[in-house]
Amino acid sequence: MPVQVRIPSVLRRQTGGDESVQLEGATLGDILEGLEVRYEGLRGKLRGPRGEIRRFVNIYVNDNDARLLDGSTTPVTDGDEVIIIPAVAGG
Amino acid sequence: MSHVQGLKCRECGAEFPVAPRAICEECFGPLEVTYDYDTLGRTFRPDTIAGRPLSMWRYRELLPVDGADILGREVGGTPLVRADRLARSLGVDELYVKNDAVNFPTLSFKDRVVSVALTKAREFGMTTVGCASTGNLANAVAAQGVRHGFETCILVPEDLEAAKILGTTVYGARLVRVRGDYDQVNRLCSQIADRFGWGIVNVNLRPFYGEGSKTVGYEIAEQLGWRRPASLVSCMAGGSLLTKIGKAFDELQRLGFVDDRPTRLYGAQARGCNPIVAAVQDGSGEIRPVKARTIARSLAIGNPADGYYAARAIRQSGGWAEDVTDGEIVEGIRLLAATEGIFAETAGGVTVAAARKLVATGRLPRHEPIVLVITGNGLKTTDAIAATAPLYPIIEPRLESFEASFAASFASTADASSGSALPGVLPSSGLPAPAAPHSSARTL
Repeated sequence: MPVQVRIPSVLRRQTGGDESVQLEGATLGDILEGLEVRYEGLRGKLRGPRGEIRRFVNIYVNDNDARLLDGSTTPVTDGDEVIIIPAVAGG
Repeated sequence: MSHVQGLKCRECGAEFPVAPRAICEECFGPLEVTYDYDTLGRTFRPDTIAGRPLSMWRYRELLPVDGADILGREVGGTPLVRADRLARSLGVDELYVKNDAVNFPTLSFKDRVVSVALTKAREFGMTTVGCASTGNLANAVAAQGVRHGFETCILVPEDLEAAKILGTTVYGARLVRVRGDYDQVNRLCSQIADRFGWGIVNVNLRPFYGEGSKTVGYEIAEQLGWRRPASLVSCMAGGSLLTKIGKAFDELQRLGFVDDRPTRLYGAQARGCNPIVAAVQDGSGEIRPVKARTIARSLAIGNPADGYYAARAIRQSGGWAEDVTDGEIVEGIRLLAATEGIFAETAGGVTVAAARKLVATGRLPRHEPIVLVITGNGLKTTDAIAATAPLYPIIEPRLESFEASFAASFASTADASSGSALPGVLPSSGLPAPAAPHSSARTL
């Protein structure tokens, strides 16, 4: 069972309307790479030139903010959920 | 007539028409309301507003609403209190407290942002409004949402103070308690806004909502006789309030309401949730999210949405940021109460305690006017100070019993205050400290 990735509405123009997608990989970086391969329009939106997660993007692996884990090197396994959410909310 | 031009991304500058959206489709940056200041500057003057009612809406030309149907006309217009006794305690010359602990209707500055957000929700034709909240926003959305005929859906972390839960449900608002901290609640709320199309005030209505905070700055400047304070200290959770007060001061300068002497902005957080303070102090300006652990639950946002901008505004203004321990927060609450008769919630304790530290370390100049922004009411967070509240013995209803008790407490007060001219910070008895001259700068 691969990793499930949830895509926010603000990005669905790039995904042709897809709300979620299943991808394989060993790390969060693999998943994001897979996402960019499948949806070319997402390249550069989520990660900067050095692969770092962009300032205004929050990515969660299951319940945890990837910045509080190991960023792109955070390991993922089958059945995990990756949620992408614009960072500017709340407060 | 509206002077709003549209929405503009703070990062890449992309422009969008006014709509319930908060995020730039190009770069995910936050959208900001832009105004036609040139046109506004020709007609909008201090005497334009002088005769208007005392509320945040006297500055409506600088708020992002279109029509005449304002929801919450009574919100704002809170006192700016000249705080001489607190000033003496901190060792500064001229100090004021902007007291949003008595805002209408729910006793926090969040009443301001909700008034703008709901006015906008009505303009957009929305019928359900909601929020992710650490408490004060929940109260404000509940009271004003219900009053103005919206369906409500308010999400809060499970461990919220009892007073803030009751202060939401009493209005009949729909409350959803979420197992998790604020950042988890906020994430869920973003997904809900995405799925249901409701007006979530701090998600898809956020560009408009945030503008309501500017009125704190407008009021302070007007109450000081159309001038800016040299320094301003505010607590920070998401970082929006301090950023917007800075924006308000900049707008007033641009429109010629105040001169060009700028304000140094100082931000305060709890030690147990200090991502913005850390970004200022380490010079990086980059926010590293934290897991929040503090009694100041209204400030417990570990991943602050406007943290980056708040840190930048502080650095550019020449100000600084400071954090304080939970013990110092309680001392701050007591100090403000014992000197100025103002009972602030934990967030206010953070502001007062941080100001004290900033003065002591020389970061906050003593001899220029300072404003402290108090954002919420102490009656909502009594559990934070209950454990350290003094216990008083019960006496018999006889004069001798009173005299014996009075003599005992007088003796303990005399001991405690000997050698110090400062008002008691932690009074061990109910006896009043010596009176001091006191004035109010409520000039509106």
